[in-house]
Amino acid sequence: MPDDTFSAMRQSIIDGAPDTASSLAQQAVASGLAPLDAINQGYVPGMHDVGEQFAKGQMFLPDMMASAEAMRAAMAVLDPELKKLGTQRTMAGVVVLGTTKGDIHEIGKILVGTLLTAHGFQVHDLGVDVPGEKFAAKAREVGADIVGVSALLTTTMRNQKGVVEAIERSGLRSQVKIMVGGAPVTRRWAEEIGADGYAKDAMTAVDLARDLMQQKVQNAG
Amino acid sequence: MRPKLELLDPPLIERILEEAFHLINDPGVRVAPYVIELLQSAGVTVKDGVAHIPEALARRLLDLAPRGFRLYGRSGNPAVSYGSDQVHFDPGSSCLNILDPQTQQARPALAADLVRLVQVAEMLPQFAAQSTAMVCNDVPPEIGDWYRLLLVLWYSEKPVITGAFSASSLHTLLELLALESGGADKLREHPRAVFDVCPSPPLNWSEFASQNLVDLARAGVPAEIVSMPLAGATAPVTLAGSIVQHAAECISGIAIHQLAQPGAPIVWGGAPAIFDMRTGKTPMGAIETAMLDIGCAQVGKYLGLPTHTYMVAGDGRVIDAQTEMESGISAVLGALAGINMISGAGMLDFLACHSIEKLVIDAEAIASAQRLIEGIEPRTDSLAVAMFAQTGLSGDFLKLKETRALFRKEQHFPSAVIDRGLPAMDGASPDVLERARQRVEELLASYERRSLPADREEEIIAFALREGGKAGLEGLPGIRGLEYAKEPGLI
Repeated sequence: MPDDTFSAMRQSIIDGAPDTASSLAQQAVASGLAPLDAINQGYVPGMHDVGEQFAKGQMFLPDMMASAEAMRAAMAVLDPELKKLGTQRTMAGVVVLGTTKGDIHEIGKILVGTLLTAHGFQVHDLGVDVPGEKFAAKAREVGADIVGVSALLTTTMRNQKGVVEAIERSGLRSQVKIMVGGAPVTRRWAEEIGADGYAKDAMTAVDLARDLMQQKVQNAG
Repeated sequence: MRPKLELLDPPLIERILEEAFHLINDPGVRVAPYVIELLQSAGVTVKDGVAHIPEALARRLLDLAPRGFRLYGRSGNPAVSYGSDQVHFDPGSSCLNILDPQTQQARPALAADLVRLVQVAEMLPQFAAQSTAMVCNDVPPEIGDWYRLLLVLWYSEKPVITGAFSASSLHTLLELLALESGGADKLREHPRAVFDVCPSPPLNWSEFASQNLVDLARAGVPAEIVSMPLAGATAPVTLAGSIVQHAAECISGIAIHQLAQPGAPIVWGGAPAIFDMRTGKTPMGAIETAMLDIGCAQVGKYLGLPTHTYMVAGDGRVIDAQTEMESGISAVLGALAGINMISGAGMLDFLACHSIEKLVIDAEAIASAQRLIEGIEPRTDSLAVAMFAQTGLSGDFLKLKETRALFRKEQHFPSAVIDRGLPAMDGASPDVLERARQRVEELLASYERRSLPADREEEIIAFALREGGKAGLEGLPGIRGLEYAKEPGLI
C-alpha cells in the first residue's frame, strides 16, 4: 500500500477531520488493506503526533477533541473488520474512567480519556455519577489495567474512597491500578484512600498511567 | 465623579437578555424534583426534568426580587449593603489547602488555619465581610460546612459569605446562625450571612442547589447565585455567549427562588472563567475571566439587582509577581465595575489554595482600588489658584494649612506590606513575603476576640459538641484548647 495513503490517514487525524478519516478507512477496507496496518501505520501515528504537539503547546484542546473524533470515525469502520479477522490492536493499557457518585462534572475526565486514547490506551468512559460497584463491574468486564476516578467537588471527592473499596470487594484489587484526579484531589488524599496514584491534570494523567502500567508489568514479572 | 468601567453597551445587554430568556424556555433548564411542583403551579411546563420557563413569567419574578438588602454584623448594625454601585470585598471561600506560612508549600488546611485567617480578615477594614474561607481537614468531611461557619461566627463580628455542602446540611447552618443571632426571626430580620448557591453549567439546577434556593428563600436568609460558565468548555467559547448562559442560569435561579418566597433577598452572582485550551485549567487571573466577571455583573446591574463575582485571585502556585499582578488588576477592575461583593482575595493556584500572607497583600490592592473609586474630588473652592496665591512661585506647599487638612483625604497610606521607602527595621530590607508575614503576625497580635453573651456561647458550644459528636468529632478544633497556639507545628 502506498505511503501516501498512510500519510493521508495520519493527516486526517492531525486535521481533526472525521469524514476524511472515515472515508479513507472505507477505501482501505475496499482495497484489501489490512485494518491493523491502517490503524498502526496510518491513524495511530496521527494520534501520536497530536499528543506530542499538544504536550508542546502547539495544539489546543479543541484540536485534540477533533482528532479524537476523527480517530473514533476511523475505528468505527475498522473495528468491525478487525473482529471479522479475529485480530486485536496492541494497546498501551485498558482504562475504565468515570466521575464519582454524586458528581456530574466530566470535562477533566473527558480530557484524560482523550489524551489516554491519543497515547494508545483503550478507554472505557462510564460517564458521570458512577457508583463504585459499576467501576468494579466494568473493570471485570473489560479486563481493565487501570481504573481512573474523577471528582470535582470537595463533597464528592470522598466517594473516590468508595470506588477503591468496591474494587477491593470485587477481588480485583491486585490486578487493577487505581488513579484519582479532580480539582480538590491531592497526592495525600490519594494515599489516604489507598489509590495507586494521583494526577493534577490530563497530561500528567498520561504519564501516571504509563508508570502504573510499568509497575503492573514489573509486579507481574 | 465616580469612575466606572462598563464593557457592554445597552443594545448588547438587551441582546444578551433576549437570548437568556430564549434559553430558559428553549432548550429550558434542568431542574430537580424538589421544585417541579412549584414551577408547574406557576404555569411552567416541566418535561423529563427540564423546565421551560416563559419569558413573561421570568420577568415578573425578576421584578419581585429586591433591588438591594443588607447584611448585619454581630452587633446588629448593617455592615454590608448589596445593591446599586456599592463595592465590598471578602476572602475567597471553601478552599481545601493553605500555603503554609513557614514553608510556603501547599498543605491541607486545618481549623487553626481558618481561625488565623478569620482573625486577620477581622482586623483588615478592606474586608467588609468574612467568608467560610477554608475547609478544615481536621474535622470530618460530613460536618465540614457548618464547622467552618462555627469558627467564623466564633471569631468574627463581620457578616459572612458562606454556603452549605448538601441539601440537608443547610438546615444545620441555618440553625447555627439562628443560635448566634438569637432566633430564626432575628436572623430573618437582620441576616448575618448570605449563602452561595451554585447551578451546574450549563443550565442545571441540581437537587442540592434547587433545594438550597427554595429553603433559603423560605428562611428569609439571602441567597447568592454563583453561576460558573467556563467559556469554551461548559459554556459557549465567546465571552458574550458565556454571559448569556450566566444570565440564563441566574434568571432561572431567581425565578425558582422568588416562586418559593416572593421578595426574598437574592444576588446575581457568579464565578465565571475562561477555559484554557492548552491545559484545561480555569485561570481566575486571566483578563478574559475578569471581562466575564464584569460583563456578567453588568447584566445584573442593568436589571437593578444586587451583584457578586469572584476576583482578586491569582493563578501562580506561590506568592509571586504573577499571582499579585493578576490579583491587583482584577481588584481594580472589579471595584471600577461597581460589583457589590467581590470574593476571592487570598486565593491562588486556580482557587486550589489559600494564603493568609496573600490576603494581606491583596488587602493593599483592594485599598488602592477603594481609593480609586472615590475618584478625584475638588475638595477646595479654588482648585489651585488660592493655594498659589499663598505660595507664589516658591513651591512651598508643604507649609499650607490646606495640605495638612487634606492630605489624609487625598492619599491612602498603605501598611508596611507596601514598600514606600520607610526606614526598614534594624537596617533589614525584607521582601514582600516577609513584610506580609510580619503584617500577619502584627494583626494576629492585635486581634482580640469579643465574646458573645454567655448563654448564647454555651448554646453554640452545646450545639457544636452535639452535632460534631454525631460525626465522631472529638473536641472542637480551633475553639476548645486553642490547639493551634499550643502546637506550633500546626501553624
